[in-house]
Amino acid sequence: MEQDGTKGGEAQNRYANGLAAGRLTGVEYADNFADLHPPLSTHEAFVEAERCYFCHEPPCQKACPTGIDIAMFIRQIAAGNALGAAATIFSANVLGGMCARVCPTETLCEEACVREAAEGKPVKIGLLQRHATDAMMGAGRQPFERARSTGRRIAVVGAGPAGLACAHKLAELGHEVTLFEAKDRLGGLNEYGIAAYKTVDGFAQKEVEFVLSIGGIKVETGRKLGTNLELSELRRDYDAVFLGIGLAGVNKLRLAGEESLKGVSDAVEFIAELRQATDLSRLPVGRKVVVIGGGMTAIDAAVQSKRLGADEVTIVYRRGEAEMKASGYERELARNDGVLIRHFAAPKTLEGEAGRVTGVVFERVAPGNGALASTGETFRLEADMVLSAIGQIFISDGFGNAQGLDIAGGRIAIDEERRTSVPGIWAGGDCVAGGQDLTVTAVEDGKQAALSMHRALAGSERVANSE
Amino acid sequence: MADLRTNFAGILSPNPFWLASAPPTDKAYNVKRAFEAGWGGVVWKTLGEDGPPVVNVSGPRYGAIHGPDRRVIGFNNIELITDRPLDVNLREIKQVKRDWPDRAVVVSLMVPCEEAAWKKILKPVEETGCDGIELNFGCPHGMSERGMGSAVGQVPEYIEMVVRWCKQNTRMPVIVKLTPNITDIRYPARAAKRGGADAVSLINTITSIMQVDLDRMTPAPHVDGKGTHGGFCGPAVKPIALNMVAQIARDPETRGLPISGIGGITTWRDAAEFIALGSGTVQVCTAAMTYGFRIVTEMISGLTDWMDQAGHATLADFEGRATRNFTEWEHLNLNYVAKAVIDQDLCIKCGRCFSACEDTSHQAIAATVNGERKFVVKDEECVGCNLCVLVCPVENCITLEHRTQGIDPRTGVPYAQPPLDWTKHPNNPMAKQAAE
Repeated sequence: MEQDGTKGGEAQNRYANGLAAGRLTGVEYADNFADLHPPLSTHEAFVEAERCYFCHEPPCQKACPTGIDIAMFIRQIAAGNALGAAATIFSANVLGGMCARVCPTETLCEEACVREAAEGKPVKIGLLQRHATDAMMGAGRQPFERARSTGRRIAVVGAGPAGLACAHKLAELGHEVTLFEAKDRLGGLNEYGIAAYKTVDGFAQKEVEFVLSIGGIKVETGRKLGTNLELSELRRDYDAVFLGIGLAGVNKLRLAGEESLKGVSDAVEFIAELRQATDLSRLPVGRKVVVIGGGMTAIDAAVQSKRLGADEVTIVYRRGEAEMKASGYERELARNDGVLIRHFAAPKTLEGEAGRVTGVVFERVAPGNGALASTGETFRLEADMVLSAIGQIFISDGFGNAQGLDIAGGRIAIDEERRTSVPGIWAGGDCVAGGQDLTVTAVEDGKQAALSMHRALAGSERVANSE
Repeated sequence: MADLRTNFAGILSPNPFWLASAPPTDKAYNVKRAFEAGWGGVVWKTLGEDGPPVVNVSGPRYGAIHGPDRRVIGFNNIELITDRPLDVNLREIKQVKRDWPDRAVVVSLMVPCEEAAWKKILKPVEETGCDGIELNFGCPHGMSERGMGSAVGQVPEYIEMVVRWCKQNTRMPVIVKLTPNITDIRYPARAAKRGGADAVSLINTITSIMQVDLDRMTPAPHVDGKGTHGGFCGPAVKPIALNMVAQIARDPETRGLPISGIGGITTWRDAAEFIALGSGTVQVCTAAMTYGFRIVTEMISGLTDWMDQAGHATLADFEGRATRNFTEWEHLNLNYVAKAVIDQDLCIKCGRCFSACEDTSHQAIAATVNGERKFVVKDEECVGCNLCVLVCPVENCITLEHRTQGIDPRTGVPYAQPPLDWTKHPNNPMAKQAAE
């Protein structure tokens, strides 16, 4: 056994230049991509649950976009009824399991927790939620009952969190649902986007099965709106339609070489590939990686590159720390992994040699008069891999404009009931305007849309056809 | 899904969770909100006879003892009966019962120990349409000085007498609330039964002083520099209540008498324990005053879920089942041997088990093994007293294991022995001989 713990052949590419796979040993890959937040032990769960004060109209519940009765579920855990706690959670948020793993609790419920104010130590709500949901999902149980069949049929387009939540609530209310998904697997970003170490052991798929286990939801994969699925068909054949189609596109750097240089790619695609990889040692990553952007995607791409064995990883964001969309917690995670974050710099040129990227030249910018202006100063970062994470965008080609859906700020406009400008069409999740682009807000959109559809359909004519 | 409905001495409620007679049940405002939260029934705060209402101190009326993190583990009150006019209460009771016909509304009463006084109050109370009355024979302060409350509850003959007056003058079910400040709870319970009581409820509060203010040198909490004894309740009294409920449930004279269990009930499990020892309903006060009415949601969900898992379709399926296993010390099997076992994977090496055992018990735990800090039980000394299990801060880290194979190194006797209790033990000078 060599010094670095490898057996002859493994990790030989640790410092290889350019894109290379197999930079780490099998043990290192396993460690790096193990559960970022291991679940609480029973003892830890009791100790943590006992810290909850059971507040009046709990601030944590108010901060939760899906309004989970947090104080109650924690009390149920403390009283030894984890399954009851899970039922409480799932009744407000059917994707409570995923939310427990990926929600930015540090800016939502845990920030609002009175114990944060009291001692700077909020109750570990996210981990307690996981403890409860794991108990029920692990026992293979689901707490929902379907109401009597309404005879209504509803089309849900997109099987990400918004679509799944909508489909589930509709099924619970007694409607028949057909869930259309462009990709092969359901789950949306839960399956293709969330960092691997946040949803280990195929959790995203287990959760999809849990959601579908209520029954009444027919699934059709490989069906993409605008390609082999028409909105006009859906409006004709179904009583109502929900669009949870997310953001299919990404903003481009619009720099020469972006499409042609090897090693330059879009972070969303990189992350999706990583999530679907069955063998991380076969996934190539650069030795010196530059990630352009300042949101969660940039952090996830940077951290995962580092954990795949990249030697140096730098995030470059054109604005300051305060403007970064990635939360403080996520930034700290990146820094703890040795990722460097640089501010106030915008990419100017991609440098390449023999068709491969070799570096990025950035220009320093400074804020002034509401816009960013170049200071004239530039610097160069060596890079054999450049990941662009400057924003996902909504694509409405093939269905949007022709159908009269109002667009606001580049996404579908909706009212507080998640109705679009077209009667009979509801929408939610990342594809709608004004949201926070979180899994939990997508779930709330799906749930509220389902309730709104249910109200609209109760005793009324088919809504999808009305003008 | 388990059925939580109860029929307690003819009084129906959708679940066994009632609120006890106390400030939470003082007014329609409180009771309405309790019912909105899901409570199955309430016992309205004690009404007294018509006339000028009692007057209580303007603070403080309560004291508490706290566990870690200021968790209330015991509570104490110098509350009195209602201080609102009788007619206001009667009117509100009538309205509440009309608005919530499926919930149990029982009215607590305390009037002077004279037949005329009881006759007089019963009729207007009956006219409210309430489901029953609860006789307050337990108030340990304020009323006992006037020959009411626990002044009655401590004298079985008085209990029997007053219950009989009530049974002769009303059609309503009569529940007798018993005070624990007594030597043997069976006597008042039997007296209640002889008088014709339809049910008993217990326990009322325990006479207590919470603490002493060392600066002012007065029992605390104090009113203008003076403290008094009050009624103790809350989680800490549950064990006392459980025993008294079980005593009444298994006493041949009172067997079958419906019991409403009261004393420190905070979660579904506490309620289930009272029911398993013979309670038909349970009454809650301190937990509601500590956390608010929403706690009943956890109680309903927890009890239902547990009943589903344990296979009990209704409360009757397990009510009183644990009473069968309630015996006297002299009948415990002296040949049953258990030894403590420390799970080294869960052990956090705090050594509290050692402190307890070495200082105060049987010196049956070793603190070092091969020079390393490690806590292990020494079977040759361990009597299975359970102290280490209880003081260990990690759940299930130390457990008591029943031994059936091998030889007990402490006694040299094989573990597997036929049962033997003290009544037949050779060391017992009063052992009943088989021949006798």
